[in-house]
Amino acid sequence: MTGAAAPAIRPDHVVPERIHALELLREMLRIRRFEEKAAELYTGGKIRGFLHLYIGEEAVAVGTMQALTAEDAIVATYREHGQALARGIPAGALMAEMYGKANGCSRGRGGSMHFFDVTRRFYGGHAIVGGGLPVAVGLALADTLQRRTRVTACFFGDGAVAEGEFHESLNLAALWKLPVLFLCENNLYAMGTALARHQAQTDLCRKAESYGLCAERADGMDVLAVEAATRRVAEAVRLGLGPHFLELQTYRFRAHSMYDPELYRTKDEVEQWKSRDPITTFAARLRDCRLLSEADLADLEAAVTAEIDDAVRVAEEGPWEPVEDLTRDVYTPVSRS
Amino acid sequence: MTLKLTYREAVRAALREALASDSRVFLMGEDVGRYGGAYACSKGLLEEFGPERVRDTPLSEAAFVGAGIGAALGGMRPIVEVMTVNFSLLALDQIVNNAATLRHMSGGQLSVPLVVRMATGGGRQLAAQHSHSLEGWYAHIPGIKVVAPATVADARGMLCLALREPDPVFIFEHAMLYPMEGELDEATVHLDLPRAAVRRPGTDVTMITYGGSLRKALEAADRLAEEGVEAEVLDLRSLRPLDTPSILVSIAKTHRALVVDEGWRTGSLAAEISAQIMEGAFYDLDGPVARVCSAEVPMPYAKHMEDAALPQPGAIVRAVQEMLARRG
Repeated sequence: MTGAAAPAIRPDHVVPERIHALELLREMLRIRRFEEKAAELYTGGKIRGFLHLYIGEEAVAVGTMQALTAEDAIVATYREHGQALARGIPAGALMAEMYGKANGCSRGRGGSMHFFDVTRRFYGGHAIVGGGLPVAVGLALADTLQRRTRVTACFFGDGAVAEGEFHESLNLAALWKLPVLFLCENNLYAMGTALARHQAQTDLCRKAESYGLCAERADGMDVLAVEAATRRVAEAVRLGLGPHFLELQTYRFRAHSMYDPELYRTKDEVEQWKSRDPITTFAARLRDCRLLSEADLADLEAAVTAEIDDAVRVAEEGPWEPVEDLTRDVYTPVSRS
Repeated sequence: MTLKLTYREAVRAALREALASDSRVFLMGEDVGRYGGAYACSKGLLEEFGPERVRDTPLSEAAFVGAGIGAALGGMRPIVEVMTVNFSLLALDQIVNNAATLRHMSGGQLSVPLVVRMATGGGRQLAAQHSHSLEGWYAHIPGIKVVAPATVADARGMLCLALREPDPVFIFEHAMLYPMEGELDEATVHLDLPRAAVRRPGTDVTMITYGGSLRKALEAADRLAEEGVEAEVLDLRSLRPLDTPSILVSIAKTHRALVVDEGWRTGSLAAEISAQIMEGAFYDLDGPVARVCSAEVPMPYAKHMEDAALPQPGAIVRAVQEMLARRG
């Protein structure tokens, strides 16, 4: 498990089990269609604030989530629609959150960047780059101190490696051998700054290894590769072998946010990556293996469309939080005797 | 039974009691274990409770304060020691963006029962990166609670009360207080965390203060008493929330208010208290609210300059005399 020398994991020879494969495809499609709808609703003014789309990176959320159990914890970033959907938070609760409605997963207080669902151990939705990592370390520390065997999966982007909190957190997790799975979604740009323009050392695995973590990378455009790699490292974390670092090489097809004119990358580059679209390439692969028919795909699309339509309905029909509740939950209610 | 002990020993006793009585409690911070704490507050606790519960951390304020937040979310009751308030600035992201926001931002799903202790204040010639009083900044932030134990009894009692809170509590211990001796009655029932305490009753002026300035205010009150001026000294104890009703009750009696705050005057906690008095007791006042704060300079090293920068009993006495001189 070395960094720079490790080959990207491409288990192309593996024929996936059909039901599981269709499930992976369905999950990726759910994210894609959900976000396409969100972009449309943003343009229509239903969703405001920042909206960071995950389109192009779906294999990362879906593949990694396969390796996590309901007991594991997730700490994500402001680009977390994919993780939230793949974790099983109902699409309606997420859409309602983006509408700012009280039936949103965070009561409309967080919006797109701050999804929370404690029943699914989904601890946000963090919009300070690198800010989620120390929290993930603490969740894992609590598990260790309470002798629980579970994993805290912490997502962050390549931009986060420039933050002190990244370095402090990797060191602390390794020092205390905590069960954290650091999942670095390397989409090559920290907003608009390419990795090589902000890092002297662009090999992210080497950074992790310097703190004593086992590090590897996987092709983040290949859902099976992501799943296989995550299963392997998550198992190691679960066995008590300390924190692990997994770099998932991916690409976002859309702009950083809805305000981004994309002056920092070429259309050719984007098109090249789009040719590796995690959904179309996976669907093609399944067709080649005769695991997916056009009818299957049509059924999947229809089911996903129905789910997204329903999510929009849930959001549209959801109530606004009464203004009287503005200061509710700044503090936890306590009964003082 | 009445015990005589120092503020430092009172903090240590409180830590020991917390660790002994609740298995979810653990202490972490820089040098809290082998070294025994930069101010020796945790001396002996590593030996007593072991390295799992008394955890030395790297010099990574953001990581270990953030880990405290995460551990609190995960069911623990962490006590995080930050060596001094100036160092806490390295953890401000975790404090302001996470500890204070997670409950509200998650729509009430999360609570962060975290206790963070740190030393604050000047007076030891530690110059401009170890001596400031930034608790007023923290008191600005909704979502956290801020307390400042000014007595040995509160050093003992407030930690225990803080650990009962479901939300983050920041305890500011003035560094000059650690060697202060005081008496502790084991039978004392501790006042609620957010309640102010009248440390000296009086009728002519209310001195509103907290933390390291309490002793100075009490000394000034003694001097004023020699001149026949009876000052009431109110120890805020909690800086967020503020016990505004207690402030107003005292002013209704004395009709004069002086705020003594070691923070810088501009944008200070003293300014907030003054505003609250104006809003809530304007017609009770016989004159304007006065303030004694730190001079608006980074804390100098030289003793005479540091003394001049900090609130001192003499300045408090003069401020009261000036207020009374305006008496019509």
